[in-house]
Amino acid sequence: MLEIRWHSRAGQGAVTGAKGLADVVSTTGKHVQAFAFYGSAKRGAAMTAYNRVDDKVVMNHEKYMRPDYVLVIDPALVYIADITANEKESTIYIVTTHLSTEELIASQPKLEGKKVHTIDCIKIAQETIGRPIPNTPMLGALMKISEMYDIEFFKESMVKVLKKLPQKIIDANMIAIQRAYDEVK
Amino acid sequence: MADTMELLDIEVWDGNMAASQALRQVQVDVVAAYPITPSTPIVENYANFEANGYVDGEFVMVESEHAAMSGCIGAAAAGGRVATATSSQGFALMVETLYSASGMRLPIILNVVNRALGAPLNVNGDHSDMYLGRDSGWIQFDAYCPQNAYDLNFIAFKVAEDHDIRLPAMVHQDGFMTSHTAQGVATLTDEAAYNFVGEFKPMNDMLDLDHPVTHGVQTEEDWHFEHKARQQHALMTAVIPKIEEAFDAFEKLTGRRYNLVEAYDMEDADVAVICMGTSVETAREVAEEMRAQGIKAGVVGIRVFRPWPLEQLAAVLKNVKAIAALDRSSPHGTVGTLFNEIAGTLYNSETKAVLTNYIYGLGGRDLTKAHLVSIYGDLKANMDAGKPTTPLQQYIGLRGPKLSFF
Repeated sequence: MLEIRWHSRAGQGAVTGAKGLADVVSTTGKHVQAFAFYGSAKRGAAMTAYNRVDDKVVMNHEKYMRPDYVLVIDPALVYIADITANEKESTIYIVTTHLSTEELIASQPKLEGKKVHTIDCIKIAQETIGRPIPNTPMLGALMKISEMYDIEFFKESMVKVLKKLPQKIIDANMIAIQRAYDEVK
Repeated sequence: MADTMELLDIEVWDGNMAASQALRQVQVDVVAAYPITPSTPIVENYANFEANGYVDGEFVMVESEHAAMSGCIGAAAAGGRVATATSSQGFALMVETLYSASGMRLPIILNVVNRALGAPLNVNGDHSDMYLGRDSGWIQFDAYCPQNAYDLNFIAFKVAEDHDIRLPAMVHQDGFMTSHTAQGVATLTDEAAYNFVGEFKPMNDMLDLDHPVTHGVQTEEDWHFEHKARQQHALMTAVIPKIEEAFDAFEKLTGRRYNLVEAYDMEDADVAVICMGTSVETAREVAEEMRAQGIKAGVVGIRVFRPWPLEQLAAVLKNVKAIAALDRSSPHGTVGTLFNEIAGTLYNSETKAVLTNYIYGLGGRDLTKAHLVSIYGDLKANMDAGKPTTPLQQYIGLRGPKLSFF
């Protein structure tokens, strides 16, 4: 069982990201689950979304999770949300930030000694998609760190997931995914 | 003619999408709806399918849930395949008309995305609304995951519309935990899905002008009792065999087996948890883990809540020594509903199991695997003692001091 927790603000696309990841994983024959805590459901409010991936049908419906990966797609949530909640020793963090990994850890001592990677998904999304929607670049970074799938296979799969969007937006998302894959540290 | 939709063999759908796809595939004629969280996407998706030519139906926007069910009653009496969806307060506002629908023997399908009843206002999942519907004369199916929400819709239409039945049916799923949780759903082709349910065959339809009928009549003490007795007779004698027939046919079509009472690891179980909704699946994982520790644990899920599968449940529980009834609804002044139903089921049977009650998960509060482990621990102690070692009714997952009664 692979478990992933997303930290996001409502409107930044964590639910879509979690669902998109589930769509891709499902095509490879694995079983998936994607869900979210909506909290007060206001745009901008801190929220969490979740993925479970397993070789057998996922029957666990508890919201409690000890994540293998924590994906933070809004830079400020490192300081205001409990991103290390229920962590394991092996939990890997991928954080959206303009800071370097060293600067980030210095600014949030809770991350000291943990497996932390950084990538500026907001900037990448702004420069490629034209909007600060950091969900698809985060998936690119996750592919690099987790080695879950070959990046070309992942991008091809994401094209199918995004097929209802205009071609221009799909293309921009593919560039964003590749850039995050290349730039994550 | 409606367009067909090409689906993947496995689609990643949440419970709402699964239900709305089923409504599309059986080509519902009329959906009258007033959306409410968390069931909103069911009717929203249907309206989308309808607007884009995937359904030859009518979407009627109304001013309340009372009007939504009233519209469904009118359309069903006129002679069409009818469905809608609701939750919580919307369900509560429908209650008056639910009794009309069942009393008039109109086979409407209502997707109830279970949600807490306020006050305090809460949009998350518990079973308060499902329990509120239990005396309304409807058939009640319960889904544990998006796949079930999809499958049980087909079964509900097939059973409800059968001329030997002609009763409305609810398909329940847990708010958010199923309705907004995306999982793999094995799909049917549009053709296979439609053919499983078949073409709608009207009965006493008001639009059959050559055979005028009256719907919504008044009967006083001269006939009311007889009408209600006939309704109960149909629920108690005709429905269960028809559901079993539909479950068999569905298994033949899809390989997926459903049962009135779902029994998991029960063949040799000493202790059992009985519950509904997503909790059944979580409990199955925990039961497996308990078995690895040497406790013969099982799980029983109620698949058909009404009509209550009394004989089937008694058979499943025959050799169990300790049972926990888990109720996701505040019973407000007594023991939980499942506790009562199970006690009634077993009282005149040979089974002398210790039965205790747990209230859990109100307003969407998480039921964790750790909670279930502690419940199985209680059950093991009850079995060893041969009597309850805890109060009869306990609260699980509640913050603050422990709360228990009796």
